[in-house]
Amino acid sequence: MKNKKKHWYDYLWIVTPIYLGLGFFNILFAWLGMIFFCLPLLIAIFGGGKQYCNRYCDRGQFLSLLGKRLGLSRNRPTPNWMRSKVFRYGFLIFFFAMFFQMLYVTWLVGSGAQSLREVVKLFWTFKVPWHWAYHGTAVAPWVAQFAFGFYSMMLTSTLIGLVVMVLYKPRSWCVFCPMGTTTQLICKARSGKELHQAENACTAKSCAACAGCSTGTEKEAQDHA
Amino acid sequence: MPKRFAQVNDYCVACGTCIAVCPLSAISVWRGIIAQVDLQRCVGCGKCAAECPAGAIEIKNREAAQ
Repeated sequence: MKNKKKHWYDYLWIVTPIYLGLGFFNILFAWLGMIFFCLPLLIAIFGGGKQYCNRYCDRGQFLSLLGKRLGLSRNRPTPNWMRSKVFRYGFLIFFFAMFFQMLYVTWLVGSGAQSLREVVKLFWTFKVPWHWAYHGTAVAPWVAQFAFGFYSMMLTSTLIGLVVMVLYKPRSWCVFCPMGTTTQLICKARSGKELHQAENACTAKSCAACAGCSTGTEKEAQDHA
Repeated sequence: MPKRFAQVNDYCVACGTCIAVCPLSAISVWRGIIAQVDLQRCVGCGKCAAECPAGAIEIKNREAAQ
């Protein structure tokens, strides 16, 4: 058993504490979070699959580090309801509903219908004062409002990730991560017909460890059938 | 051929945790949808099953499966 070589992307866990730390001092750094939001989608859309989750996800690495290396996780199995499709897709819908609500508030502030609120909303409920991180700089109020909203979302999801990390497996957050679910859906949509063929290729009643399904290519799946 | 092997079920979220822990690089993710095990390489050590957050990997006995 050989030790795996470390790559530069194995150290990306550092991005999570840096991002949350920067947002503590200046909320406008929250805009950097758009990278974590757009990059997985772009990779999945342009055929890179879930390379972001597999290699570059800073949060996944961070939770793994805390749960596994530092031993903060109880390492219990993730409950069935949490890994069910109903919960995963339900959480995805809820998360994006909250995201669009945040965009609506940003638009209200931009149009002058609402004033800027210098608070971070934790778990979409609790308003935590965060005024020290906004210095009334030259940016438009809607820019700051979006930063507060986006940072709230990132902090809340990190806290949820930490809670499930402690209670269950280190990367239990990945099971219902909205970005992970979205990118998997994009990949399924991209594969479409081939996915259907692969799913229906095996005719055996129970797995015989023949390796046919593990090849993953259309031709081999057909040969297997 | 080793006696045991890892089998992935539908709960897989393709997060790649198993790829990181597999000492034999026997796992990859098929098109961002599901983890796939190279059964020629897999020795059924169970590291992937222990780490999988979705509980999507089972260690099976090759003889019993055939």
